[in-house]
Amino acid sequence: MSPILVQVIVGGLLLGAVYALFSSGLTLIWGMMNIVNFAHGDFVMLGMYVAFMVWTLLGAGPLLGAPAAALVLATLGIIVYFGLIRSVMKGPMLAQILGTFGLALLLRYSAFGFFGANFLTLPENIVGGTFDMFGIRIQASRLLAGVVALLVTLGLHLLLTRTSLGSKMLAVAEDSTAAQLMGIRPDSMQAIAWAIAAGATGIAGALIATFFYIAPTVGETLGIVAFVTVSLGGFGSVPGALVAGLLIGVIESVSAYWIGAIYKDIVVYSLFLCFLWFRPQGLMGKT
Amino acid sequence: MTFKYVAGLLCAAAVSILVVGPASAQDKTVKIGAVYPLSGNAASAGVHAKAAIETAVEIINNAHPELGDLPLAKNAGLAGLGGAKVEVVFADNQGSPATGQNQALRLITEEKVVALSGSYQSGITLTTSAIAEKYGIPYLNGESVAASLTERGFKWFFRTTPIASDFAKIYLDFLKDMKAQGAKTDNIAIVHENTEYGTSVAGVITSVFKENGLSIAQDIAYNANTTDVQSQVLQLKDKNPDVVIMVCYQSDAILYAKTMQALDYKPPMMVADNAGFSDPSFIKAVGKLAKGVFNRSSFAIGPAGSPSYLINEMYKKRSGDDLDDTAARQMQGFFVLIDAIDRAKSTEPAKIQAALKATDLKPEQLIMGYKGVKFDDKGQNILAAGLVIQLQDGENYVAVWPKNQAKTAPELPYKGWQ
Repeated sequence: MSPILVQVIVGGLLLGAVYALFSSGLTLIWGMMNIVNFAHGDFVMLGMYVAFMVWTLLGAGPLLGAPAAALVLATLGIIVYFGLIRSVMKGPMLAQILGTFGLALLLRYSAFGFFGANFLTLPENIVGGTFDMFGIRIQASRLLAGVVALLVTLGLHLLLTRTSLGSKMLAVAEDSTAAQLMGIRPDSMQAIAWAIAAGATGIAGALIATFFYIAPTVGETLGIVAFVTVSLGGFGSVPGALVAGLLIGVIESVSAYWIGAIYKDIVVYSLFLCFLWFRPQGLMGKT
Repeated sequence: MTFKYVAGLLCAAAVSILVVGPASAQDKTVKIGAVYPLSGNAASAGVHAKAAIETAVEIINNAHPELGDLPLAKNAGLAGLGGAKVEVVFADNQGSPATGQNQALRLITEEKVVALSGSYQSGITLTTSAIAEKYGIPYLNGESVAASLTERGFKWFFRTTPIASDFAKIYLDFLKDMKAQGAKTDNIAIVHENTEYGTSVAGVITSVFKENGLSIAQDIAYNANTTDVQSQVLQLKDKNPDVVIMVCYQSDAILYAKTMQALDYKPPMMVADNAGFSDPSFIKAVGKLAKGVFNRSSFAIGPAGSPSYLINEMYKKRSGDDLDDTAARQMQGFFVLIDAIDRAKSTEPAKIQAALKATDLKPEQLIMGYKGVKFDDKGQNILAAGLVIQLQDGENYVAVWPKNQAKTAPELPYKGWQ
């Protein structure tokens, strides 16, 4: 394999890990309460702005920016749950869709009003620039995002499968009335799920901000990828989102390099549709 | 429950008051519609366009004798219409041709604007101007460069900016000159976004170069809303062209600058076609990573005290940034439109159209470095001109070519982030 092709694949894997990272929150919310959060991309956008503010006000990088974004977004997640989701969940599916879609627009245009339309970026060397490994260029910021993607996926997976909190959350997801009879409060469990999902999304945003541009509309651009990643991985499956993210990243990179950048979406989406034809529940989704 | 309903109703009422806003009830106003990308991925450009037009309105509606020969500046309002003031109704095209078209329709039929200006992206100017043509409303475009826009046989469309073929000629002469000075320019790559703007500019450059014996060795098209440009940069790195010409909007231009650094790729010479690489937010965000990039421009801020300098100060107060070439071209277009309405002494579309056709502005009446403004039968300004600028220090573009207009000599090779 030519060195450039190796670089293309490595780039695709790192890109895919980032896709996985910002998709995990979306899939968690779906797994917990069957709600598609259309404001997900805008949560990522807010995480990016938190990281930017931490850097401008305190001069600190993602080491402080990521936890700060997690905290801010987790709080927002709880507010959104009690202020919006709890009510719209009782309504028809359409109300849920339009509810979170309205939230997306509210967040996006608030960001326009508050931060302005200008594109912002963090300094290039905020996480150690770029290094060479056997002739392959690796951006430290993307590598960090990739490693954190793996950790977040592992963490969420362990939380759901190995802890009593996870079991309680899954119980509520399975049958909230039965869970209530067992002494579990569905309200608190779902609020916790929103806090965790939004917090993870905040971390994703803070890390993506280290190598991407920051703008109020960035959630729109990233949001689409998150939905494809989650449906390919299987709605509700956190490990599925990781595998799907990596797959999409590599397919995008290789097809853009070989066939041409304007065709990469055609390749990704046709493969995606073919795959759903055979396996509508996604890679690791429940039937 | 009742509390919730009351709260909900109050919220709705508050929102509708915000949306409706204060009613406008001035008698002597000339209403102009302006469709720009105020949200979406090109919002940064749209917001600067809005500030440029608002600055122009401020100059037109108030007396500014310090601005010299600039038409409409001396007295308050439009003398030809008894001192009438100009009012601009802005509409957001959201970066979508369909939305732009709907907004143009709304401005014409509901807001009853007498003329339209806009819409930044060539692909959206295409649809909005089609509506103006259908309704017989004059449309002035100051910034979209796709050649096709003035090739449609439209009667109501006028454009003041130099267009793709002008720039292609400038780039060609510039590269020839650089070659004469010893730079390698044989192997040329062009990277362009795939809407009307990028496709048509790349097409025109390719054909003009071909007619003059230069071929484009590599043509890379991509989607401007992309999340990643690594593969495109690696394609360039693989072929290693002597000159790379970039035709990009803002978000993608930022990604290219960052990705080129990450993948350690620097072409010996990089020429950017305005738009993304000229945007103030691009320069602020990643200008330091694109040192030495060439660009085109028709605007210079000028020496302290000159009209263009004073206008830049007014604009800066409003937007926080210096006037860039794109915003300046938009402002110039707007001045030309209002000047025609002033001379028409009427807001009747046909009279404005006739006045636009009769436009003959001299260089000293302009803020741009054009040789004047005079429209041909297609509505294109035949006196538009431009020059080559370079981002030498990563912070400010300076004029480097042609020699008689240059502030300093062009620097090679492209330095990027070093």
